[in-house]
Amino acid sequence: MLDADTARQLLATMWTIRAFEERLTELVASKQFAGLVHVAIGQEATATGVCSVLRADDYVYASHRPDGHFIARGADLARMMAELAGRASGYCRGKGGSMHLVAVERGLLGATGIVGGNIPLALGTALACQERGAGQVVVVFFGDGAANAGYFHESLNLASLWRLPVVLVCENNGYAEFTPLSAHTLVERLATHAERFQIPTATIDGNDVLAVRDAAAEAVSRARTGGGPTFLECLTYRLSGHYVGDPQRYRQAAELAEWRERDPIARFQRYLEATGLAASVDAAALEQAARARVEAAVRFALESPWPEPEEVATQVWAAPREEGA
Amino acid sequence: MSHASGQVTYVVAINQALREEMARDPAVYILGEDVAVGGPFGATAGLAEAFGERRVRNTPISEGTVMGLAVGAALVGLRPVVEIMFIDFITLAMDQLVNHAAKLHYLSGGQLRVPLVVRAQCGATGGWGAHHSQSLEAWFLHVPGLKIAMPATPADARGLLKAAIRDDNPVLFIEHRALYWMLGELPDGDGVVPLGRAAVLREGQAATIVATARLVHEALAAARELDAAGISVEVIDPRSLAPLDLETIVASVRKTGRVVVAHEAVLTGGIGAELAAQIQQAAFDYLDAPILRVGAPDAPVPASPRLEEAFVPGRRQLVAAVKSLLGQA
Repeated sequence: MLDADTARQLLATMWTIRAFEERLTELVASKQFAGLVHVAIGQEATATGVCSVLRADDYVYASHRPDGHFIARGADLARMMAELAGRASGYCRGKGGSMHLVAVERGLLGATGIVGGNIPLALGTALACQERGAGQVVVVFFGDGAANAGYFHESLNLASLWRLPVVLVCENNGYAEFTPLSAHTLVERLATHAERFQIPTATIDGNDVLAVRDAAAEAVSRARTGGGPTFLECLTYRLSGHYVGDPQRYRQAAELAEWRERDPIARFQRYLEATGLAASVDAAALEQAARARVEAAVRFALESPWPEPEEVATQVWAAPREEGA
Repeated sequence: MSHASGQVTYVVAINQALREEMARDPAVYILGEDVAVGGPFGATAGLAEAFGERRVRNTPISEGTVMGLAVGAALVGLRPVVEIMFIDFITLAMDQLVNHAAKLHYLSGGQLRVPLVVRAQCGATGGWGAHHSQSLEAWFLHVPGLKIAMPATPADARGLLKAAIRDDNPVLFIEHRALYWMLGELPDGDGVVPLGRAAVLREGQAATIVATARLVHEALAAARELDAAGISVEVIDPRSLAPLDLETIVASVRKTGRVVVAHEAVLTGGIGAELAAQIQQAAFDYLDAPILRVGAPDAPVPASPRLEEAFVPGRRQLVAAVKSLLGQA
């Protein structure tokens, strides 16, 4: 049974992601921030549900829509926002930007600009965890578009073969960039790809944060106890465009309206009301607090210094570590 | 497999480097097709027996994913050595090597390190054809963040591989198939050869040949032949292309005033072009003749032994190049 603290945490995380990405969209659209930025408004429940069951020493790889994955994992909003603003105080000193966010302090080893490109990396981190034997788990998020990439299929095979402690989270939002899934594949349920490789799967309502959380808990526990990989197919929808500025000519208003009804945040709030938990979870206050935190992050970012031009060719190669370091 | 004379083959030297580094550091893992059974040339022979099949791990034929997997393992403490059986197959892993391995330290603002070695074998020998013979080092020289080593002798093979494994950056370690059975002495001790230090293999006054891998031996043969004709040639092996020891090369060019850059890769866009540009910029006033390049013709590697022979550059082309620099063509 869901307790009030957990409910509050889940809702606060979803509101923080929503507030962050809405504000980010404004900043990019108004050209206050540069960059090719992909947001995932409407998909907050997948990142929130999955990350809510992880341990501090687990690892997460994000997709090219990384904000939710980072926020749900507890990354610092100010350092994220500063990175998106291209400032020296950003997580990556302004060198990475949206699609290359990394926050090692939170086990966030990276987003990627190559669709599906970090699924193999997640397997490698999982191999290192398996060899370490401390029960750590690796999660990698990717979209339905990645399911047609070669890496995806090679990785399913290897994850299964070596029983790697990895949870493969497919955020199936129905579109690969501008094109609906049905135009890319005849496979209706992407989880069937994983089944062929004898990987346990679950296809779940990705806009139901509790369903995601339950499925993720089972998957993570399987990985932690030596049971190998799990494939989670989270059915969701991005209410935003493919990228900030996407004119979105490829979809119908009716479809969008239908999915707005299933907005994961509104839906969770309705659930809290229906179960009486709303009495001890003040949704309006959580939303307000999230927006305030995001504003503080934006201020920090905009007040942060730019990187020095001399930094352009630094950190190309890693310097040797000090002996004994 | 070591010889009574104390000499070992190039491939045994590689095997020895792997064995020594695996014994020295439990984080060193080997990943690749058939590595647990020694690989097609015996580079990993006996290692699975010594260190177990968890650390000497056979992989499916999934180069892209295996490369990415090695990167992901390197990020959290392992020091993987990936074997790409033929460098031609590295095309399948380009994204992981170029977009991930090479860039993650930079893109993360220094948060991540990628201590990864990619062993790959190049060279046109035996009529093995266009997918098992290419020399592709120039592609990777164009990728900031990668280091590239190309040993020409058993001692350098062992020493550079050990340096590569201890390096915190992705290092592409390119072996030449024609050299695998070449014999040479190994130094006592750990014999580490630092990346970024060229070797002057022969001193001379009339011209400098800068050559890599198999062409190093062709250059030495050409130098001996030219010596008999009264032309003394200096031979330099850069040993690693990134970082590049330009200083040693330029010091030689300042002395000889003439230089030939030689590689087995096709000429256009090869490392010879980059070396020529860097040499002329650093030593233009010392040059008595244009810098010449020797490389393969701009064609895929053909299978027929007669065509392969016509493809692979060697002593003959080097002798002709040096003579033409001296106006003796």
